[in-house]
Amino acid sequence: MMEKELIIRKIRDGIVIDHIPAGRALTVLKLLGITGKEGLRVALVMNVESRKLGLKDIIKIEGRELSKDELSVIALVAPTATINIIRNYDVVQKFKVEIPDIIEGALKCINSKCITNKPREPVKTRFITISKDPLMIKCDYCGTVYTAQDIENMLLRSRE
Amino acid sequence: MSMERCWHRRDVISILDFDRECLEKLFNLTLLMEKYSRTRLNILEDKVLALAFFEPSTRTRLSFETAMKRLGGSTIGFTGEEAISVSKGESIADTVRMLDSYADAIVIRHSLEGVAKYAAEIADNPVINAGDGTQNHPTQAMLDLYTIWRELGEIDGICIGILGDLKYARTVKSFIEGLTLFKPSKIYLISPPALRPRKEVLAVLEKAGLKYEHVENIDDVIRELDVLYVVRIQKERFPDVVEYERVKGSYRITVETLKNAKDTLIILHPLPRVDEIDPQVDYTRHARYFKQAAYGVPLRMALLTLIFGREDKVK
Repeated sequence: MMEKELIIRKIRDGIVIDHIPAGRALTVLKLLGITGKEGLRVALVMNVESRKLGLKDIIKIEGRELSKDELSVIALVAPTATINIIRNYDVVQKFKVEIPDIIEGALKCINSKCITNKPREPVKTRFITISKDPLMIKCDYCGTVYTAQDIENMLLRSRE
Repeated sequence: MSMERCWHRRDVISILDFDRECLEKLFNLTLLMEKYSRTRLNILEDKVLALAFFEPSTRTRLSFETAMKRLGGSTIGFTGEEAISVSKGESIADTVRMLDSYADAIVIRHSLEGVAKYAAEIADNPVINAGDGTQNHPTQAMLDLYTIWRELGEIDGICIGILGDLKYARTVKSFIEGLTLFKPSKIYLISPPALRPRKEVLAVLEKAGLKYEHVENIDDVIRELDVLYVVRIQKERFPDVVEYERVKGSYRITVETLKNAKDTLIILHPLPRVDEIDPQVDYTRHARYFKQAAYGVPLRMALLTLIFGREDKVK
């Protein structure tokens, strides 16, 4: 705790995503669609000591509250993550992320022949969780199956 | 489990949307429909079926059209390049909305994957998938399974070889999925290693607990087979022409290939066939692919009758 505070100060309103597996913070931001161009104040700490995980990443986002649905997708790349909702410097809610059964909109199917990649179609991506451990999801439209590693690759590859 | 639940106003997107009981009901009605497939049974006079073939098709489109006409109904639609507004850039969503407002059900084929499911989410009326990319072709699988059921009397306990491009052929994916609703004794997947079924297809086989084995040479298993299902290996699937030339001969069925086959072996093929079955094989007792194509009409007559809930009118 001491060291963390040396690096980033407390936030007033927003969220703290803690216990992200070391090195995954950028992937988490990508998953949340945060590019830095939104003007949000974002702090990122990578590879700091953690009692539970050995090393971990932390993300603090000021001035934006994300819904539980939006946040649950974090579990796809950071299953150990915990969320702290901060209001007026206090933690008002704290919970662990959980892999949702249906993931809508957050991911982009890599299959170029999938209907969700056709321009000008009013279609939102949808993935169904077929197994939580080991993680496997499939595109509800084209059936392409993704493992945890595939999801990470998908997020890192996507241009935005 | 009623017929109502199985079929009435249901979308037909994947064969796995249905269970064994639903399929057996379809097969029994198909058997009844065989006698009407050369005459007329006016039970859908008030119905219009839209045939939206964004990708060309011969058998599937014509058998749906024939089936609808034999049942006294009418069809509207387009195929490939005739899809004028589509080539002008109209979205699939808008095309589907229009067809949904004109017709009572939509049959759709498209080169993109997931289009039928997407169309079904947009349309109020039932949507039937007639092929989406490399994904699904459920009515072909129903036809394949019906042909086995009809010709051999059952699907349980039989040994099936599936030969050719098992990776990209949508008919193979749907056929394999359909087999998991029954209990065949063994499935041989006969293909070059690069064209084995995709992992999600194998996962379906594993989940169903069916025995399967990858095989590269049909000669190793021909004497065990009750059914040989053949699909084409397309040249363009190979990164290397030399590799294609090397393997193509091994995946071509000739009279010679069949010399050790069981007398009762039947050969199926979703057609069109190119070189993968020698025309001489057509004259053997094993060939069933033309009969299989012919069953396409009564099967689709039965399917449409069930979807429109008119099965009580079939005597």
